[in-house]
This record gives sequence, C-alpha cells and structure tokens, in this order.
Amino acid sequence: MRLYFLKRLGVMLTTLFIIATVTFFLMKLLPGTPYSNPDKLSEQQLASLNQKYGLDQPLPVQYARYLGNLVQGDWGVSFQFKGRLVTDIIFKRIGPSVLIGFQAMLIGSIVGLGLGILSALRQNSLFDLGAVTMAVLGMSIPSFVFAALLQYYVGVKLGWLPPGLWEDYSYSILPSLALSVTVIAAVARFIRTEMLEVLTQDYILSARAKGISEFAVVWKHVVRNSLIPVVTMLGPMAVSIMTGTLVIEKIFSVPGLGEQFILSIMVNDYSVIMGITLFYSTLFILVVLLVDMIYGILDPRIREKWGEST
Amino acid sequence: MRTLPATGTSPHEITDDLFVHEPFAAEAAMEVAASAADSPWKAALKRLGKNRGVVPAFVLIMVITVLAFVGPLLTPYTYDGQNVAHSNLPPKISGLGWLGFDGLDSNGADLYAKRNITEAHWFGTDEFGRDMWTRVWKGTQISLLIALVAALLDLFIGVLYGGISAYYGGKIDNVMQRIIEVLVGIPNLIVIILFILILEPGITSIILAMTITGWVGMARIVRGQILQLKGQEFVLAARSLGVSNSRIMFKHLIPNALGPIIVTLMFTLPTAIFFEAFLSFIGLGLQAPLASLGVLINDGYKGMRLFPYKLVIPAVMISLIMISFNLLADGLRDALDPKMTK
Repeated sequence: MRLYFLKRLGVMLTTLFIIATVTFFLMKLLPGTPYSNPDKLSEQQLASLNQKYGLDQPLPVQYARYLGNLVQGDWGVSFQFKGRLVTDIIFKRIGPSVLIGFQAMLIGSIVGLGLGILSALRQNSLFDLGAVTMAVLGMSIPSFVFAALLQYYVGVKLGWLPPGLWEDYSYSILPSLALSVTVIAAVARFIRTEMLEVLTQDYILSARAKGISEFAVVWKHVVRNSLIPVVTMLGPMAVSIMTGTLVIEKIFSVPGLGEQFILSIMVNDYSVIMGITLFYSTLFILVVLLVDMIYGILDPRIREKWGEST
Repeated sequence: MRTLPATGTSPHEITDDLFVHEPFAAEAAMEVAASAADSPWKAALKRLGKNRGVVPAFVLIMVITVLAFVGPLLTPYTYDGQNVAHSNLPPKISGLGWLGFDGLDSNGADLYAKRNITEAHWFGTDEFGRDMWTRVWKGTQISLLIALVAALLDLFIGVLYGGISAYYGGKIDNVMQRIIEVLVGIPNLIVIILFILILEPGITSIILAMTITGWVGMARIVRGQILQLKGQEFVLAARSLGVSNSRIMFKHLIPNALGPIIVTLMFTLPTAIFFEAFLSFIGLGLQAPLASLGVLINDGYKGMRLFPYKLVIPAVMISLIMISFNLLADGLRDALDPKMTK
C-alpha cells in the first residue's frame, strides 16, 4: 500500500512539473505584452522594465529561474498590480471561491442524496420520474445559463437576493445555488443507480429474511453500502465546481479566484495566470489522491487491489 | 470389494426399439427458431426503441439539425446583415402572440407599430438590427459543426492511441499509459483556455484546443475493450491463419469494441457543445459577426435586463440540444452496453 502511494506521488510530481513547463512556454507564445500601455513606453523604459522582470534573459535561463523560484514558494510578482506577490493575490482571492464552492457542494450533496435515495426507494413512481427528469435537466443545462436566469428572475425581477457583487453573506447565496445545480443532478443520478444495484444484492435479501425492520434494512444496509462509491464522485465534482466558479464568479461579480483568472487572461498578466493554473492543478491532483485514499479506507476490497497492483 | 454381476443383457447391437421418441411440441420448436434470429445489433436497436427518452430526443435532434441548415433560408435576412432601423425589436410571430411572440417590449409597447415596420422578426433582432432567427440557427449550425468535428477527431486519435497501446502491450503500453496518467491529472479546462489564448479565437482553434485533452477518455475506453478482446480465441485463430496486425486490429478487434466507442462518442458531443458555449461565454470564443450559441448567450446576457428574449431564446436552444444528446447517449449506453450501466 505504501508503494502504491509512493508511485502515485511520483506521477503527481511529474504531472505538476509538466504543467509548470507547458504553462511557462505557452505564456511565452502569447500575443501581446504584459505591460498596460506598451505604446506609451519608450524603448529605454521597455528595456529597463524587461530587465527588472528578467524578461531580457534567454528563455532557458528564465525557465530555470522560474522553476527554482517555484519550488521555494516564490511564485513571482504580478505585472498588472504593481509589486503584488502572486501568492498574495491567490490567497486574497481564494476566500469567496472556497465559500461558494463549499456551499454548492454541501447543498448539492444533501439535496442530491435526498432526491436520489427517495427516488430509488420509489422506483418507477411519479416522484422517481420527476427526480430523474430533473437530474437530466440539471446535467444538461449549462451552469452559466442557470446562473444568468437565476440572476435575472430572483435577483433582478423578484429582488429577493442581491444579483451581484460581494458584501455580506446574502451575496453568496445565488452563486452557490447556481453552482450546486450540476452537483445535485450528478449526485442524485449516481446514488439512485447505486441504490437500485444494492437493493438486488443477496445480503439485502438475507437482512430481510432475518426479520429486521424495513427502516433498518434501508438505512443500515442499502444506504450505507450505496454511499461508498459516492466518494468517487468527489473528484469530478471538484472539477465541475472549479469550472463553474470561472463563469459564475464572472456573472455575479464575485471577487474570487475564477474571476481573477479570467481578468488576468484578458490583460496578459503572465505570472498570475501561471500561478492560478498551478494552484488549480495542484488542488485538483490532491483532491483525486485524497478521494482514492478515502475510498480505500471505506472499502477494504479496494485496499486489496492496491496490494495487487504494486 | 463387491463386483457387480454381469447382467448378460447388455446389447451388442443397438436396435431401433431401444429408442423412445421425445414427444414433438410444435410451439416449442417455433419459439426457439424465432428468438435465435436477433443479431446483437438488432437486439440493441430493439432495446433502444423501448427507452422512453430516446425517440423524442432523436426526433428533436433531427429537427434541430435540419432547421439549423434550413432555418436561415426561411427569412430574407442574413446572419450578419445589420439594419439600425430594426434594432432591438422583440420577437413577433403572427398567430403565436399568446406564447410571448407578440412584438411587445418589456413595457408593453408595440415597437413594430411605433416604427412602422411591417415584416415580422420571428425571434426579434439584436442591437445592430440583425435578425435573431437567422442568427440562432446559424449559431446552432456552428455549434453542432464544432462539436461534430471535435468528437470525430477525439474518435480518430483515441481509437488509434488506445488500440496501439492495448494491442502491442508490454513496454509500449506502459509508456503510453504513463503519458495518459499525466494528461488525466491536468484540469482540461485550463489547458483549453491556455491553448485558445495562443491560437487566437476561431472555429479551428476551439476544435483543436478541445481535441488536445478530449481524446484521452476515448483512448482509455478503447484500450480497456481491446485488452479484453485480444485474449479471446477468435483473435488467436486469426493470428494463426497469418492475418496481419492491422487487419486483426481493424477487422476483428475494433468492430467488436464498437458499442462502447459509439456510446463514448455520443457523450463527447454534448460535452463539446458545452465547452464551446463556455469558452464563448467567457469571451474566448468566436469573433463577431460569426455566431455560435455561446456567443449569442454571451451577447444576450449583456442586454438581459432590457431584452430578456435575447438571452432566453439561445439559452433554451442550447438546453434542448444538450438534453436531447444526453438522453440519446443514455439510451445508447443502456442498449449497446448493458455492462456499463450496472
């Protein structure tokens, strides 16, 4: 098992190294300069600015320097915001993103699990049909369409909740709701299929034969066993939330990491783009690893497979 | 130990009277003959027809595809023809006023009467007076085209990569799998965004950017299938008859893995439509005056408060397309690959 994780760690570090390399060279290929008004700068000013940021060095030197700094936790300085550290910007921006991401995940899991479990227990009923329809709608309709419609109808027309910006807690509700729709649909669908599968297992039959109450059969045996594979959903869920935050933060003007990413792309702020890319990638890889570990702890059968594969 | 006594009656010759005929049941014989006739593909088609969602989804996709090409021809307008006198007209279809296509703006004023315009714009017009009906169908056409080409490229690369990796196995497989492992670890949206930035926004660059990460899923499915198949007897038989590697691959292995390949392909289509719309929405998509559904949604979103129809119509269109493709893909998965559904 330890060998398995060492191997995983190796793959992880290689992935990160490749991402850092690719991002670096891609950035160099980008059209435009990172300075806000390059036409107004004289050639001398440009040269001295390039020197200051190390942009006058040959590419391999820039690359080596970049990697060295990266490892030491120095992710560079933003070009757009004079003298601000990339790491500072990321940490300042991460709060709102984490809040709406976390709330979306919470709403998504609770509502999704509820819908999925109930519809599996009443398979082929009207409720089931409704829940399945809702799940298909939720998975099909893009989250930014939901977000735009929520903003228009709930935020502008009804005026129940603020339609944008970020002041107090109430500002986080609409973005979280918009973000949670996809999660609700995915979780509900997943747990429903899983429950239907578990319901046909022999151990459910034997639990019923023992004469325990239907309530105990459902909660102790069916739901508990169906919940284990739901853990594997966490990885894709994290990805969909990360993707979602990019547009949803833009729509609701949330000062989060996703909005910053899009902003930096528009103004060619190389160091911030690279910083956020690396940050997202690391987060993603860590979540996938974590999910694998949790899955192994919950399900002994998976742990045995780790032993085989190493 | 006791030995059995010889009976002495064991016949040296088997005579006819030793046989008793099984009673002949005509119905049973008929049944066997009838049920054996279904080929796997026919059976799959039957299962597909039984699925509640598939038929309406398929019809809807057909209608939308046909309209995407025919729709722009039904009006005298072009998708990029500007007419300032007709700017920001609300949707108007005579006879469908009760559905909201009444030509009234958000204050209830009839702009068509006010500006003395006799012709009706079915989906209204945008701020440059471009006809939305024409633009929506043109946009649908472009979105579908992008999705189709991206999916076909994924298919081509994925089948080739996955097939080679699984068929040759050993060291080649090992190296190819390590590459995939690394690629899977990269959040694909970020790669797509970065590539679009370099390639300059446009149809080709969107397709290329989506293909760069998109083929990995297909490659994994194909590899899994071929690994399962290549150990089976019919492959051994083909090989012992001296059939060449490429012939075994394309005539024996891939046709047998076709079910999961089709299912994966069907799921790529809505994903590609979503990514295109997503990119256009954050401003990395097509450039004006070209329209895709994502571009139209983005434009509509900007004017949402005053002209909600500009957002709602393309939003409904993309939702219908995504729902139909997802339903069809779900149905195909259930019909073609009972193992994948669990």
